[in-house]
Amino acid sequence: MITGDAQHLASSYDTVVVGAGPAGLAAALGARETGAERVLVVDREREAGGILLQCIHSGFGLHYFAEEITGPEYAERALEQVLEHEVDVLTDAFVMDIDSGAGSSSRLALMSPSLGITTVHTETAVLAMGARERTRGALALPGARPAGIFTAGLAQKMVNLHGYLPGRRAVILGSGDIGLIMARRLTLEGVEVAGVFELMPYAGGLGRNVVQCLDDFDIPLHLSTTVVDIAGRDRVERVTVAPVDAHLVPQRDRAWTIPCDTLLLSVGLIPENELSRTLGVRLDPLTGGPVVTSQMETSLPGIFAGGNVVHINDLADWVSEESLIAGRSAGRRVAGTRLPDDNIRIVPGDNVASVVPHSISSERAHTLYFRVREPIREDAVIRLGSLHQRKVRALVPAEMASIKAAPRFLEDFHGDVLRVDAVPASRAAAS
Amino acid sequence: MSAVGTATYLCTSCPLGCRLEVDAADGDIVEIRGFECKRGERYAKQEHLDPRRQVSTTVRVTGGILPRLPVRVSEPVARDSVRAIVDALRTVRVVAPVRCGAVLVADVLGTGADVIAARSMRRAPRA
Repeated sequence: MITGDAQHLASSYDTVVVGAGPAGLAAALGARETGAERVLVVDREREAGGILLQCIHSGFGLHYFAEEITGPEYAERALEQVLEHEVDVLTDAFVMDIDSGAGSSSRLALMSPSLGITTVHTETAVLAMGARERTRGALALPGARPAGIFTAGLAQKMVNLHGYLPGRRAVILGSGDIGLIMARRLTLEGVEVAGVFELMPYAGGLGRNVVQCLDDFDIPLHLSTTVVDIAGRDRVERVTVAPVDAHLVPQRDRAWTIPCDTLLLSVGLIPENELSRTLGVRLDPLTGGPVVTSQMETSLPGIFAGGNVVHINDLADWVSEESLIAGRSAGRRVAGTRLPDDNIRIVPGDNVASVVPHSISSERAHTLYFRVREPIREDAVIRLGSLHQRKVRALVPAEMASIKAAPRFLEDFHGDVLRVDAVPASRAAAS
Repeated sequence: MSAVGTATYLCTSCPLGCRLEVDAADGDIVEIRGFECKRGERYAKQEHLDPRRQVSTTVRVTGGILPRLPVRVSEPVARDSVRAIVDALRTVRVVAPVRCGAVLVADVLGTGADVIAARSMRRAPRA
């Protein structure tokens, strides 16, 4: 293992993975499995593991490790796997630039305290940079700009890694999973959580988290309600919240004010694709991440991607599984195995916000992952064009859904585009 | 025969989120309504009779690369003991290095669950 230490760093690799979170670690393992011999994982943090290190709650690993564990345990196991496979892990290092220029190899510019600026060549690369949180700026939240406004993940890092409390009395805007988890975490640490406020008429996070993080601690969840003002000179002193109408417009005559010193934002994640843009990888405006084939290859040959950098997942386990595919594809490319060609484009249809991957092959079995726009709280039907459909009990935006595409459904299909729809069963029967 | 009371639960078994109603008298379940599948019925029963939760928090660690060590209970504990366990762990101090899975408190508060380290913590290099 290398940790912020340049001594063992080679000048060229078969596969370089950018990011050592669940995506990057799984991708490195996948690449080693299928033929890459010299694999490097680079991460800008001091330790590998990504955001898992601060997710001290349970609920990870049921699918990928067949055991329910916490985030740090998941990170440690994933790291052990790659170290057993003699992968180089370079932490405390930042990938400034990737240039996939001419020929079959890419050039990475790395910067770290021990290395200064250095160049590494690689035959293939896997983008595994994950995501970052939406901030106040992305929401255009009105009001003063005092201290005390944090994203939920930043507060999580402060509390769980460094042992600081962000404040004494908190309001949480947004009911994403990190916000719900932090409502419980802060409550257990003695911070009073005045309430969680959600613009939409349904929770953004998983039902399990609403029950176990809010209901268990009598923390109120106000749906269809948002923050309309923040007041405070140096530090947040109060926030004003108001219910919204059917068009999400705040009803200011029904607003009320909550004294607090802290406002946490849990309002979504954005795939982190600055490096992908530099590279010139095609991005999907719906996911915010690279357009990928069924083998998780981007629009640039030899450049693969997996995990939250591609689309926001709700479980680290899905991130690992998807990135394992990306890594295996990179390894196959290194070994000279031709990757199967895709011949069908996949597009989001009725009530589907986005689908990954963006293309599939009619010769192989694939799983398509998607998210619905509107919740369906009754029997629902997922359709793959008119070729195949699957009934499910319910579909909500908070939970990623999937449908299988297998050669037997595609035998008689001669088009080149397939839609994925997700509609209530009652409506599907009528149409 | 005492009066029947009704408790409601939000099922977390799947995204459907069924609203479960449990009628009970003298602590015995009389009827469960609102579930769409067996998992929901089982969940309602468990939540009503013996709700259990995982517990995670951090404890102070000295000499490590970070000041806090994440810990968890080795198995789910009664929901009502969650706060007491987190409070009891505030006074726990450990010294790096720590191995992931190491038992830090055995049988915490008599729950039968151990408190274990949820990561390894290596010693910080000397300054």
